[in-house]
Amino acid sequence: MRTTQANKPIPGCDGRDRPPLRSRREFIGQGTRTLGAGVAALVLCDLAELTEYAKASGLTTSSAEPLVSGYDWTKHAYVYLIDLRKCIGCGYCVQACSRENDVPEAYFRTWVERYEVSRTGEVRVDSPDGGMNGFEPVVTGQEVTKAFFFPKLCCHCTNTPCVQLCPVGASYRTLDGVILVDEQRCIGCGYCVQACPYGSRFIHPVTHTASKCTLCYHRITKGLKNACVQACPVGARRFGDTKRVGDEVARIIATQRVGVLQPELLTEPNCFYLGLTREAR
Amino acid sequence: MGEHTGYLFPNDLHILWGLMIVMYPYVTGLVAGAFILSSLYHVFHREELRPIGRLSLVASLGFLVFAPATLLLHLGHPERSFGIMVTPNLSSAMAMFGFIYAAYMALLLFEIWLVHREDIIMLASRSQGIIRTFYKLLALGVYDISQEAKRVDHGVVVILAGLGIPAAALLHGYVGFIFGAVKANAWWSTPLMPIIFLCSAIVSGIAMVILLYQIGMKFSGRKIHAPCMQSLARWLWMFVIISVTLELLEIMTLAYEAAEEWEVIGPLLGNQLAFSFIGIQLIAGALIPIILLGIVVLMSPYLTDQIRNTLCFVASLLLLMQVFAMRWNVVIGGQIFSKSLRGFRESHMPDLFEKEGIAVAILIFVLPLVFIVLFNRILPVFEPPDEEVPIEGGPSPADSE
Repeated sequence: MRTTQANKPIPGCDGRDRPPLRSRREFIGQGTRTLGAGVAALVLCDLAELTEYAKASGLTTSSAEPLVSGYDWTKHAYVYLIDLRKCIGCGYCVQACSRENDVPEAYFRTWVERYEVSRTGEVRVDSPDGGMNGFEPVVTGQEVTKAFFFPKLCCHCTNTPCVQLCPVGASYRTLDGVILVDEQRCIGCGYCVQACPYGSRFIHPVTHTASKCTLCYHRITKGLKNACVQACPVGARRFGDTKRVGDEVARIIATQRVGVLQPELLTEPNCFYLGLTREAR
Repeated sequence: MGEHTGYLFPNDLHILWGLMIVMYPYVTGLVAGAFILSSLYHVFHREELRPIGRLSLVASLGFLVFAPATLLLHLGHPERSFGIMVTPNLSSAMAMFGFIYAAYMALLLFEIWLVHREDIIMLASRSQGIIRTFYKLLALGVYDISQEAKRVDHGVVVILAGLGIPAAALLHGYVGFIFGAVKANAWWSTPLMPIIFLCSAIVSGIAMVILLYQIGMKFSGRKIHAPCMQSLARWLWMFVIISVTLELLEIMTLAYEAAEEWEVIGPLLGNQLAFSFIGIQLIAGALIPIILLGIVVLMSPYLTDQIRNTLCFVASLLLLMQVFAMRWNVVIGGQIFSKSLRGFRESHMPDLFEKEGIAVAILIFVLPLVFIVLFNRILPVFEPPDEEVPIEGGPSPADSE
């Protein structure tokens, strides 16, 4: 091939040593091969590390090892039930959660809302300090026809967007159905916080990672009740296990008219409500 | 934590995604827009766009280099950011960022290298000492600039630029997807989001290149190529119209459907976002540039170069502002109302000096411009005019800039 070299040739690079076109082809060819090999190596490294990590943390379903030793997470499927007709808005659950889990101030893993519905259909909702200190009486100026307290927490959805879109897999669902965050992996992007339709997540102001209700995983895996359920004086909050024979909560969910929040989003919440009304959001 | 009205979920009191997450789609939009513009010349052979063929590629690279800074500044744990590439969650749209970014960077670098290859070799042959070594390193050991080699280069550039169009569309469409796929947020969740983001990205890219081209020509004392400016104005006009139409269509659909979410979006646009949405995104940033560019496009025969350039310059400035306002309205607007759909925060205002503050945002916007200037010191960003055939032994194209 003809070589037209502009200006001064560069010594040793003037194309006399080897045919220039071949060197170009060689360069591109070799470049592509090297790049390909590099990408392949990276992918393999990634896969290897992924598998190792998954094995180590028991994330693969095949080699499922529970997060807590001596506890078989395949034998449980947790559900949460809130009876809205019973809640008195005392806020003990919020206090208990806050203490048990060291929840930072002005953030909530669970909270209680107060709904006041007037005859004209106007809905007034409030939750001062997440309902932690109970509720002061209010004068709405409306004829209130319906009022109730509304405890909320992470719904531990089966089909949850927060796990789907966590870029590093720090948010995950345990085999017993609890949504947890791996604080060592979370990069603090906040995407899960944006994606949760229930507002149950937040970025912890100290650790800068996503934080949320764990259903007191450290307690329930030892057979204890969640702090909020334990604290509820009226039995409005109940915790159940659909894999446990004769579980009362599981029976109520299976046999009675329970509802979930925002069912249209198809997130399949595992937090069920008795006495849910149309005003609830 | 600011003032708020109505009832917000207690964890919704805090604006989580601030100025850096506004900057992120803005900067990647400039990347994608400038690249797609460059492809009009490199792939579709719009010869009139030759003067900005390289500039738009280098501008794209400049902004691409600094795009991750916005994300890293936002992350709670930037040191773990490589987790996105090492242990990605494959069902996460966000996890694709690293891969799309890396692939796009490789493609862009390769294309820029091919486009500048001849210059690198020429500059290497003209220079001496350490500068010569530097250019020889840039040449990557390939010194063939025969007609045949250039023909092959050109072919590869066409393929790369062709591949680059879907890559750029992916890079930015994906940013739109990040927001559009959040079903929890009524203001974000729409399949139109990636397309709206992409169209406004092209608008911002073209506007940025118009500004850079005019400023570059001014500083180098060269003439602005009138057919090029005319063509840029035409493309820009078309994309602004498409972009604004889509933005309005989305709002109109929401308003007409008047579903649950309109209860918050209606007041949001009319109150908290009134200035940035109606004032800037629709009127100052869209209506006025559409009129200005309309004059350039429809009344071209009656315009002097001076008037055309000025109209394009002003329209481009306004459009850069419009696209920023659009990003702001999406990112911040989506967080002003609570997911309770019952309350609003006051509009967000970042501080001047903080990690995600205004000063840092300005820096991230200015650094790519510095990058382009530095790049121009090394390799010519502007095409030499046809009549200026480089004279042997004379000043290099870079020197004339």
